Amino acid sequence: MTVSDVRTDLGAEEVVERTPWPAAILGLIARYPLGAAGALVVVAMIFAAVFADVIAPYDPEANAYEYMFTAPGGQYWLGADDFGRDIFSRIIYGARTALFVGFVAAFVGATGGLVLGVASAYFGGWFDLIIQRVMDVIMAFPLIILALAVISVLGPGIDKVIIAITIPFIPQCARVVRSSALAIREIPYIDAARACGFSHARIILRHMVPNVMAPFLIMITAFVGQAILLEATLSYLGLGVQEPVPAWGLMLKSGAEEYAESAPWIPIFPGIAISLAVFGFNLFGDALRDALDPKLRAQ
Amino acid sequence: MRFLKSTLVVSFALGLAAAWAGGAVAGETPVRGGILKFVVGSKIPSYDAHMESTFGMIHPIRPFYSLLIRVNPENPSSPTDFVCDLCEGDVPAATDNGLKYTFKIRKDVWFHDGTPLTAADIKATFDKIVFPPEGVPSTRKAFFSSLDSITVPDKYTLVFNMKYASGAFLPAVAAPYNFVYSKKDLDEKGYAWHQKNINGTGAFTFVEHKPGAYVEGKRYEKYHHEGKPYLDGFRAISAPKMAVRLQAIRGNRAAIEFRGFPPKARDDLVAALGDKIVVQESDWNCALQFLPNHRRKPFDDVRVRRALTLAVDRWGGSKYLSQIAIVKTVGGVAFPGHPLAATKEELEKIAGYWPDLDKSRAEARRLLKEAGAEGLEFVLLNRGVDQPYRVVGTWLIDQWKKVGMKVTQNVLPSPAFYDAVRKKHDFDVTVYFNCQSIVNPLADVSAYISDDIAGNNYAGYQDRTMDKLFDQMNRSNDPAEQRRIMRLYEKRALDEEALQFVTLWWYKINPYRSYVKGWKIAPSHYLNQHLDNIWLDPHLM
Repeated sequence: MTVSDVRTDLGAEEVVERTPWPAAILGLIARYPLGAAGALVVVAMIFAAVFADVIAPYDPEANAYEYMFTAPGGQYWLGADDFGRDIFSRIIYGARTALFVGFVAAFVGATGGLVLGVASAYFGGWFDLIIQRVMDVIMAFPLIILALAVISVLGPGIDKVIIAITIPFIPQCARVVRSSALAIREIPYIDAARACGFSHARIILRHMVPNVMAPFLIMITAFVGQAILLEATLSYLGLGVQEPVPAWGLMLKSGAEEYAESAPWIPIFPGIAISLAVFGFNLFGDALRDALDPKLRAQ
Repeated sequence: MRFLKSTLVVSFALGLAAAWAGGAVAGETPVRGGILKFVVGSKIPSYDAHMESTFGMIHPIRPFYSLLIRVNPENPSSPTDFVCDLCEGDVPAATDNGLKYTFKIRKDVWFHDGTPLTAADIKATFDKIVFPPEGVPSTRKAFFSSLDSITVPDKYTLVFNMKYASGAFLPAVAAPYNFVYSKKDLDEKGYAWHQKNINGTGAFTFVEHKPGAYVEGKRYEKYHHEGKPYLDGFRAISAPKMAVRLQAIRGNRAAIEFRGFPPKARDDLVAALGDKIVVQESDWNCALQFLPNHRRKPFDDVRVRRALTLAVDRWGGSKYLSQIAIVKTVGGVAFPGHPLAATKEELEKIAGYWPDLDKSRAEARRLLKEAGAEGLEFVLLNRGVDQPYRVVGTWLIDQWKKVGMKVTQNVLPSPAFYDAVRKKHDFDVTVYFNCQSIVNPLADVSAYISDDIAGNNYAGYQDRTMDKLFDQMNRSNDPAEQRRIMRLYEKRALDEEALQFVTLWWYKINPYRSYVKGWKIAPSHYLNQHLDNIWLDPHLM
């Protein structure tokens, strides 16, 4: 069914027809096929994470020594690891760990960056100068080095991993958001809001933040992929999630060193899962950027 | 002797065939020359063996030093077969009802700086180890609790005067950490000098140490054991990651790693290199333990501690874990197979070793319920080293899960781990180890006495009955009486008071290049590392 919306603008009558959602989705897929593939991976990951209890055929943490090193086959689709644990089930549950760390770190990091970036642009002056120099200092360190430094101070564990990943994200997002917010600050409606006596918080939250949501959302999707990769890296280095919690980096670490030759399925499948997830989020993020950026959309 | 299940030397058929093919003469007669390259998986905290306890120091530094006596390099698995290193003739028997040991010291020994060695050097060394001045660290001084004094009647005679006769004394003297230092160095340069400097009488002289890279030594031409060493030198290559060590041997960048690899690594090497690899295996004088923190609730409750051990299936664990980790043998507090160790029948009467696993776990659940600790949640502290810590830690968590406990794991890098266990006591239950060198259960089980007496009990308890039993056992010279007391000691530690626990004993697997000859595996990665009897077979290189 077509929904019509009639709008009157300066006396002229215009009819805007809304496309039905299945057709809209098909249109988006046709326009952004790679993004659609990324979205498919993301949706599959979210589905696996949410319904892991239903999908996974085995308890991911239960040892079954009589089946240790079982090759992929009918009983264990992706094989069993050195403790006889089902690799498929561990990958399914591992998606939960990856997404939890990825989304929390990305959301908190991006939100922190949003607040600092907009505030920095809005207030300007010394406040802006100090905030940006602090951001410069943090950004001077490569992501993994900074995360390792934070972990070495806080110690390993999933909560510490989230903090370690979140901190480097804040300046990245703050820098991008600030550049958008600087442009918005100069638009007359901000002056009008000031003239009306609105508080700084109201101007920032009600009038500036909604206008920088596009870069914010793009940063979040990019951050999720990066966070998943970083969590896997830290777990691989033994500084992240700990056994027996299913986590892809940890699975890769356990298998790569000792069993790469004799039982290659132990490191290969978690490696594929990490690559696929990061690839999926990156494709999805790129497509989202294209879709939300008016200039790219026009092209 | 039935002792030790004798060290199992597994020489694979192809490896043996190759050795024979290499020529019987070459296989039997040592050849001089060559540089032995070996990999070491741990760092060197300092060069001073009197204060250190890591193979990371022993493997690269031991070849620079000599001992008064040492385990027989040809029979290193024996706990009683000692030979003179710096003394002359045979190792002396005790006289005066076991209260006196008189050693004649060799006259043909020189330190690497040219100073001749006398009995005074050895006295100065043992004075530092046994009677260190305030503030001078000495890790094993407790091993010499039976020693009263050391005297030097003449330049080449050394006498140990005992407080009481003890069968644990000679093994303590032969420990590989008792590097003999020069009295002149100790007097003139101080007790800390050896932490950063080397001057020994060993088979090799120090050439260079590049921290994080390697340690190099070259043959000492004035070495006191005639005709040795065979090697021109050695290079100990630092390689903390197991994969790197493994690939170093595989790619022939190193010939051997003296600590040990897990079974799969051995299998991979043998499959890849066939007759170019020889494997030696042995039980290992290392017990992998788990310690409940008695200072914390609910682990101050013996019922909860007993539940911890009753949940663990050691017999099943041995069968499977021995395929993926460097652990294998089920045992009590004493080294399995030793005359003082429990037999299987004796073990099966101890909580956690019962043959009926269902009964054991039902009892664990009952005890938890009675203690009000059903569904107990706690954190298992573990060391960030894969073998065997990570593997056994993961296994333990699964075992406890089967009686309803919810356990998470906190894995820390070694320095932070030691800090948490030894200094901060910040753990609920921790994986730990009791690794010793020479098999000497009378001294090795000292980790189970009260923490205000033992220097290596980190479970945080005082149990005077344990202390008394330990003392009685060490003062007795009757093996049957020692064994009887050991059973009481073990039962109290592992069962009645459930003070701390053994999971499994380690198992040593050393795959190495077949051209390395003369080295024999010992039940400890600390032993037989002087390298003076190792040679390289040019026909197999």
